[in-house]
Amino acid sequence: MGNTSIGLWGVPLAMLAGAIRVSTPFIFVSVGECLTERSGRINLGLEGTLVMGAMSAYGVALASGSPWLGVLVAAGVGLLLGALHAGICQLPRVNDIATGIGLMLFGTGLAFFLGKPYIQPKAPNLGAIELGWWSGIPQVRQALQVNYLFIVGIVLAFAMAWALRNTRWGLIVRLAGESVDAALAIGASVGTVRLIATSIGGAFAGVGGAFLSLYYPGSWNEGLSSGQGLMAVALVIFARWEPVRCLWASLLFGAAGAISPALQSVGVTEGYYLFSAAPYVLTLALMIATCSPERSLRGAPGELGAVR
Amino acid sequence: MRAVLERIAVPTLALLVSALLFGLLLAVYARVDPIEAFGLMYEGAFGTWFSWQNTLTRAAPLILAALCTALPARLGLVIIGNEGALVLGGLAAAAAGIAIANAPPLVVQLAMAAAGMAMGGAWIALAGGLRQWRGVNETISSLLLTYIAIALMNHFVEGPLRDPSSLNKPSSWPIGDANMIGTIPGTDVHWGLVFGVVACLLVYLFQRFTTWGFAMQVIGGNPKTARMMGLDVGRYVLLACGAGGAAAGLAGMVEVAAIHGRANASLAVGYGYSGILVSFLARHHPLAIVPVAVLLGGISASGGLLQRRLDLPDAAVVVLQGIIFVAILASETLYGRLWKAKEAA
Repeated sequence: MGNTSIGLWGVPLAMLAGAIRVSTPFIFVSVGECLTERSGRINLGLEGTLVMGAMSAYGVALASGSPWLGVLVAAGVGLLLGALHAGICQLPRVNDIATGIGLMLFGTGLAFFLGKPYIQPKAPNLGAIELGWWSGIPQVRQALQVNYLFIVGIVLAFAMAWALRNTRWGLIVRLAGESVDAALAIGASVGTVRLIATSIGGAFAGVGGAFLSLYYPGSWNEGLSSGQGLMAVALVIFARWEPVRCLWASLLFGAAGAISPALQSVGVTEGYYLFSAAPYVLTLALMIATCSPERSLRGAPGELGAVR
Repeated sequence: MRAVLERIAVPTLALLVSALLFGLLLAVYARVDPIEAFGLMYEGAFGTWFSWQNTLTRAAPLILAALCTALPARLGLVIIGNEGALVLGGLAAAAAGIAIANAPPLVVQLAMAAAGMAMGGAWIALAGGLRQWRGVNETISSLLLTYIAIALMNHFVEGPLRDPSSLNKPSSWPIGDANMIGTIPGTDVHWGLVFGVVACLLVYLFQRFTTWGFAMQVIGGNPKTARMMGLDVGRYVLLACGAGGAAAGLAGMVEVAAIHGRANASLAVGYGYSGILVSFLARHHPLAIVPVAVLLGGISASGGLLQRRLDLPDAAVVVLQGIIFVAILASETLYGRLWKAKEAA
């Protein structure tokens, strides 16, 4: 990055660019996981879903020439993996945390297995909208290149928050997450609600994966995901189970992830990896600060066994 | 009698279903004869003395890492921070080894083991303590701690502990050939396997025959009763988490002192995550951990042969492992229902 011409201003600018670019997959996985957890189930397997989504999107985009078809297929693959997780966890006496980790291994393994032929070829990219047309500075233009999926993600976060609060469906999902008895009392099938919520969460994670392989970094290889799928769980806790806060948290995590490369570009190389751990430290600190032995996290769905 | 039969029948059924699914994937997608592939896998895992040694070498860290989940599970805690304890244990062991590299090898090795175990133990005890005294969920906190651990490891091997001659794969200074722990005489398998088996035996004896072990069982069964009996739950939480973390830390020390000779990113290759699943598959029973780890070590050891002979991607064995994990976890639901279903049919 040629930040020399604008000096230290490159750091906040790179952080802005990072927040926009790095955070998009975070937005999708965390809003999806938020819905899943609000229905009372935790899916730790989103990392596998994300990687499978990235692989299938890349493969389909390569074969068909249409990146958007790839995004659609990635969502479908994520939907299936989410449904698989939900279906297995629905069986009595099956542990959802262990199943999530098992499916994470399965998803990443399957993606590397099926994705072997896609490592070399170059698939078409998803386009971007140039929001920096007004500026003559190339760094600003570069920072303000916004992918369509970023905007879709923002809309989804607000739509999800609205739907959870104001629709009949949102009420049933929240009820399934807060109290199984109450959900049964109004005649809702908790299993079906969680199946749907987990499947949709998986579809979101699949789209997040498609962003990784089709836009940024924009290629398919085995080191593509750096744990974005697992981070979703931390993000949702950090956002205290609110979709719109998931959006802000994703932007924050994206910016935090961009601090270290940005500092490196102006010559500060100390503590590169410590900055990259900042989101996790922040989440842990938040948990320590708001938990007490008497009650669990504020905002946590009552039926969510994993955080009780 | 039925219970025993069930314990054998249910996992066998799950393994058969996994083999069927994996065989289908191979036959339909990769166009490989599944029978030939399974034959090769057996050969690559258990067919020769050479493959047995490869299998056991891979099983060793899995055994130790699995204890990190199995011990706290006795108290009803779900700890998934194995990878973090392993990575930091390896880092602390390497740091200790580098610091006193010129002392007699036995002293260095003991110091490395102590440092690795103390670090891993403290890391998981932190998650347990937060649970006990702050009510922070131990599953989530141990997962977060894993990420922090990996970042710390990367920081130290690229910064303060970096050997400038390690260019494309940043590593710590080497601990020195004289300080490596070597292999079991007559084999190529390192001592980590012995550590793992002994640790599992000790944990079993502890849980079965000591008062403390019994107390842990009571707490796991019903924490309220335990408190009414006057048991100091916090102490047992710290003990179980600390001992479990120490086992995972020892796994990291063994990886450093028997295989890599230094700390680097090779520590974080997923032994910890696999260890979680080994523990769940063994239903957290210390003696069952050993055969489960050997089975999984065998599957991953056979990946190389599949790649060479059948030109399958090396991720093939990861897919099989994933299928087995999910199938066995899902099969938990069959316990107590298998015979009823048969009688009804």
